[in-house]
Amino acid sequence: MVATNQYVADSATLLEIYKRAALLKANDERARKVILSGQIAMVYYSYRGQEIIPSVMGQLLRDDDTICTIYRGIHDMLGKGFPLRPLWAELAGRVTGSCKGKGGPMHLTYPPKGIMVTTGIVGSSAPIANGLAWAAQLDKSDRVSVCTFGDGASNIGAVHEAMNLASIWKLPTIFVCQNNLFAEHTTFEKMTGGQNIAGRAAGYGMPGVRVNGNDPEEMYSAFAQAVARARAGEGPTLLECMTFRFFGHNFGDDDSYIPKDQKAAAMEADPVPALRARLIADRIASEHELAAIEADIEAQIDDALEFALASPWPEPDDLRFDVFEKEIAA
Amino acid sequence: MSAEKAAKPKVSIIAAISKAYQDIFAEDPKVITLGEDLADPEGGGIAKITKGLSTSFGDDRVRSTPISEQAIMGAAIGASLAGYKPIAEIMLMNFTTVAMDMIVNHAAKLRFMSGGQTSVPIVIRTMTGLGYGSGGQHCDYLETWFAHTAGIKVCAASTPEDAYGLLRSAVEDPDPVIFIENLPTYHAPMAFELPDSSHRVPLGKAAIQREGSDVTLIAYARMAVEARAAAVQAAEQGVSVEVIDLRTIAPWDRETVLASARKTGRVLIAHEAVKEHGVGAEIAAVINEELFGALKKPVKRLGGAFSAVPYSKPLETAYAPDAARILAAIIELAK
Ligand SMILES: Cc1ncc(C[n+]2csc(CCOP(=O)(O)OP(=O)(O)O)c2C)c(N)n1
Repeated sequence: MVATNQYVADSATLLEIYKRAALLKANDERARKVILSGQIAMVYYSYRGQEIIPSVMGQLLRDDDTICTIYRGIHDMLGKGFPLRPLWAELAGRVTGSCKGKGGPMHLTYPPKGIMVTTGIVGSSAPIANGLAWAAQLDKSDRVSVCTFGDGASNIGAVHEAMNLASIWKLPTIFVCQNNLFAEHTTFEKMTGGQNIAGRAAGYGMPGVRVNGNDPEEMYSAFAQAVARARAGEGPTLLECMTFRFFGHNFGDDDSYIPKDQKAAAMEADPVPALRARLIADRIASEHELAAIEADIEAQIDDALEFALASPWPEPDDLRFDVFEKEIAA
Repeated sequence: MSAEKAAKPKVSIIAAISKAYQDIFAEDPKVITLGEDLADPEGGGIAKITKGLSTSFGDDRVRSTPISEQAIMGAAIGASLAGYKPIAEIMLMNFTTVAMDMIVNHAAKLRFMSGGQTSVPIVIRTMTGLGYGSGGQHCDYLETWFAHTAGIKVCAASTPEDAYGLLRSAVEDPDPVIFIENLPTYHAPMAFELPDSSHRVPLGKAAIQREGSDVTLIAYARMAVEARAAAVQAAEQGVSVEVIDLRTIAPWDRETVLASARKTGRVLIAHEAVKEHGVGAEIAAVINEELFGALKKPVKRLGGAFSAVPYSKPLETAYAPDAARILAAIIELAK
């Protein structure tokens, strides 16, 4: 067994985590702006507030490690290295998008970076992640398979079937529950027996750890341990990463169901500026350096958005392609 | 020519499927299989189709699973995304209902939704068919649900040769295929030879199992067996029936069906699944669109009753078409 606290994020690692988090935050801010401006009409599930979790995962995962994520998953994908141009072109529904405009924001896919499945069905990332983990086992590879899902998804049967199978087959699957305390308009508290998702892992004979997903060091230590365990062939881990989403379920919804003070407190503790301040206070990076990183991110997003909006739309005839390997007859 | 009457060694469909498994596993190391009770310690599956397989090819490639249909389908899908060719057994077709999300929302759609970046070359093997008094939840034919889903292919064989050749083609196919096996005709010795390992039946190609000129009779699975028997009896009454076994239900072989329908001008379609909104409705609609003026009679359909499959023997018998009812419909059409 790998000992706890063996994995410590050093200064350089924290800076790398921040770089990812800054990209994720900026991309979410831009997405909301673009929707409000009318430049792109799309369904959008803001992940603002949850950036640290995938920034840490991206830091620890390799390109050949795979991830199955969900509709609220662009942060997971950017953390894993999804390039901005095909991402934005897909959001815009253009033929230059990673999925040629056929998937959209809820089904983004990018296998070169191990981004294998994005599902709009709550909980369905988990059973498929097991198959990718099984393949790693058959390949005798030490790559790992991550699935992410929400606190609401932890009540769906598929997730439980998947955890049990991963445990008995000792699969290198890492179950990452991003507990943002809400499922649509319903609270975690009201719908979760035992008030604890990590604890459910015990029932399946695997480690389950609740961590503060907004704390880069805690998140790093826990995720690194889960990765090490999976790479060593010791089996799956369930991580319950506590976090919060700032902009409701899908962007534009009425979030009056979120108690005002709860939301205010969460936004006050925004993990991205908190990490930024920490980097400056600990002299890991200067204000000037961070500002340059952020300016570069904005420029990359500008470029990707421009590319997306200048790209052509798909042709109606494209419907005949990619249903099967061979096209459907006209 | 009646295939059953030819003097060949008799084999069963189940023997053909077992042989297909052995050959596939020996030839392609990327093929893996999973399902309830599949491995040898669990007896090699409820129908013993995979008996011996885990012993020969190892527990890594042949895995018994918990009773978790979503987990089974998900694991098959995920492994296929990483280059494997899983055969997932969902014991009985009614149990696919528990895994519909994985099959319909994921297996069938990932290629399209990813713009062709990923694909799901899996085979879902499943057994069904009435005749055992198993009632409403263990013998449904649900092929229409899958045929109605873009991105998944559906096959069903009615002879050992086709079972072998279709399964081999299904495993080699780059897209998900659901392979439906009929339990009551599984063990029936049929006059077919066990095919050699090069035998393939292309997906999407129907078989003209008997040539005829008066009526085109389209069926698949057990109904094709019934159809062949009915056609022999019809011949004795002077009606020449062309029997087409679709073999692949989706995408179905329009060319063969339309050519035969054009020739005879009279078409009968029989399936065990509920008639309403069934495969027969789609085929009848296409024949109507393509051959309206050329038909001598409206296309006729026979199918399961609009009820759950019943338990009691007389009810179960009344539920689905059989050779006698098919024959009666043929004679009526030929008038
Ligand atoms: C099987 C299924 N049921 C319902 C929905 C509708 N739905 C979409 S997101 C959601 C809430 C999920 O909450 P959670 O799992 O906590 O994830 P979060 O959205 O908070 O990230 C629901 C009910 C769905 N997409 N899939």
